[in-house]
Amino acid sequence: MSGDKAQDPGTGVEERGDGIGDGDGNEVLLRVNGQDRRVPAGTTVAGLLASLELVPGMVVVERNREIVDRSRYVEVELEPGDVLELVHFVGGG
Amino acid sequence: MAQEAGKGTEGSDPLVLGDRSFTSRLILGTGKYRDNQAMMDALRASGTEMVTVAVRRVDLDRSKEEAILHHLSPDEFFLLANTAGCYTADEAIRYARLARAAGFNEWIKLEVIGDERTLLPDVQATLEASRVLVEEGFKVMAYTNDDLVMALRLEDAGCVAVMPLASPIGSGLGLVNPYYIREIKSRLEVPVIVDAGVGTASDACATMEQGVDGVLMNTAVAVADDPVAMAHAMRLGVLAGRLAFQAGRMPRREIAVPSSPLRGMLD
Repeated sequence: MSGDKAQDPGTGVEERGDGIGDGDGNEVLLRVNGQDRRVPAGTTVAGLLASLELVPGMVVVERNREIVDRSRYVEVELEPGDVLELVHFVGGG
Repeated sequence: MAQEAGKGTEGSDPLVLGDRSFTSRLILGTGKYRDNQAMMDALRASGTEMVTVAVRRVDLDRSKEEAILHHLSPDEFFLLANTAGCYTADEAIRYARLARAAGFNEWIKLEVIGDERTLLPDVQATLEASRVLVEEGFKVMAYTNDDLVMALRLEDAGCVAVMPLASPIGSGLGLVNPYYIREIKSRLEVPVIVDAGVGTASDACATMEQGVDGVLMNTAVAVADDPVAMAHAMRLGVLAGRLAFQAGRMPRREIAVPSSPLRGMLD
């Protein structure tokens, strides 16, 4: 249940502690599931999921209305103003 | 369910949907259970092999508890994602694409709601979305009204199954129009699954007695006082209805006909 799924180096997650609160160009403002969220500049989709302690294989990511292929989570860097929807399966009829 | 092999028995009478075959004719939803253990126990008691799930935002504050795949194994149950809660064709298409991207299968229970009070389907939007999704390679199981003409059009659009309602979603009113359901079943070549409205086991049985291929339900099991017992009852109801349909029922008569001989009575 911890964030140790962040196996991918260079995702920007490591700098999260420093990056948050820096303001300026060191972080980007995103809209994630309807909420504003700041992440360090250079954060990838994989990095964002790791920082949220989400298992990549259990989540589908839509970025600016386009689904991001799972194989690209480690390479897609998030940009200022990106609108992300992180969805998964829940109980339903 | 050890029973004599014969017509309608689980195992000898598979439900074939597209390129897949199922032993059980009961499809269950996974919503509204009081907890995940109750859900899993009920699903297993029902004998179902196909369960529906919904696509929703991850709750970023407490995602671990609500992701259903922490409890439900896709190896044990075939996952049929739905587009529940969508009110337009575009929205339903978006949810279907997200569901497919989850990586399990390309099947979708297409549901486009047209009215908040009754949750009755917007059949026009459902048809539009069906055409787009079939073109994109989805296996579409379309929730629709008990309307023959629309059922035929959904079949023409390439849906692998058409799913008319028994009565409104979550109403538990049972099969309100057996005639229309029979008519739809008799005119379509693709499987007809009755989806929504079943309230108890006799409803499931009566629905299957119309000759339809299967029944999909959620609330009736999930909110029963004892979901496991109700799941078992539904399993038996579906089996009984299927068997009764295949057995061929006697004609209805408005007058009594004695079962015992009239001759041989004493003076």
